Amino acid sequence: MTEEKGKALLVMGCPEVPVQTGIVIYLADKLQKAGYQVTVAGTNAAQKLIRVSDPEEHYIKDLADLDSCIADLAEKRRDFDLCFVFMHNDSGMTYGATFSVLSRARLYALVFGKNAEALAETIEYPAEKIVAKAVHNPMPLKNKIDRVIL
Amino acid sequence: MSCIEQLKYKLILERTSFKEAREYVEKNADEVYYVDPGYKIFKEYYIIGVPPVALGVKGRELLFPYVKPCHGTFLMAVESEEEIERLRKSKKSRPSEKKKTSPSPDAAPASFQDMWKR
Repeated sequence: MTEEKGKALLVMGCPEVPVQTGIVIYLADKLQKAGYQVTVAGTNAAQKLIRVSDPEEHYIKDLADLDSCIADLAEKRRDFDLCFVFMHNDSGMTYGATFSVLSRARLYALVFGKNAEALAETIEYPAEKIVAKAVHNPMPLKNKIDRVIL
Repeated sequence: MSCIEQLKYKLILERTSFKEAREYVEKNADEVYYVDPGYKIFKEYYIIGVPPVALGVKGRELLFPYVKPCHGTFLMAVESEEEIERLRKSKKSRPSEKKKTSPSPDAAPASFQDMWKR
């Protein structure tokens, strides 16, 4: 059995870009195999995509509502060691800034979508940026993740 | 649905960027206060934003950004003397806030990087 290394949070952005759900499941599996307890937070629609994709909860056991997750962090009821924020638009970048202030976790900004590079340039907060121009094909983002994480 | 959407509100800006919403508040509000993300308003909404987050007072209305993951940033105006008073009072204990009309040496940082340098 793998020794528990800590807690990881994966924060999903708007689920309109197809690669997000697949990469969230991939990264959750990778982190769990490395010994992290994984929580995935997102909007109602993003959560439903995960539940439909992983109905037996093989990969994602702990799904949280995004607003509740922020409330828990703001009230210091909960925190994490690693935080991965998925972003492909200005809102995602803004949520990333919020998590960087509310959590003591090491922050990773996973920037994807057709404007990934321009969006990554707007990130001014301390975060390790993983940037790939990925919309339908998850491999560019997966390959970057494999190079940077674990 | 967030509690914010159940309030009686006006939309000043819709589906904009967070930066544009902040600039609007700085240019148009009577008073501007800066808070950190996570500042709570209307009892259960935690502000989402890139610090320093500008909240404005214009007449009897509180101006604040409301960020939705799929729809961008909305700048909302809600009449609430209670929230405005709470913001004015909490300003004293918050180092990253300033009043536009009376800049002080402890003025808010210009960028997130500045905040981290403190």
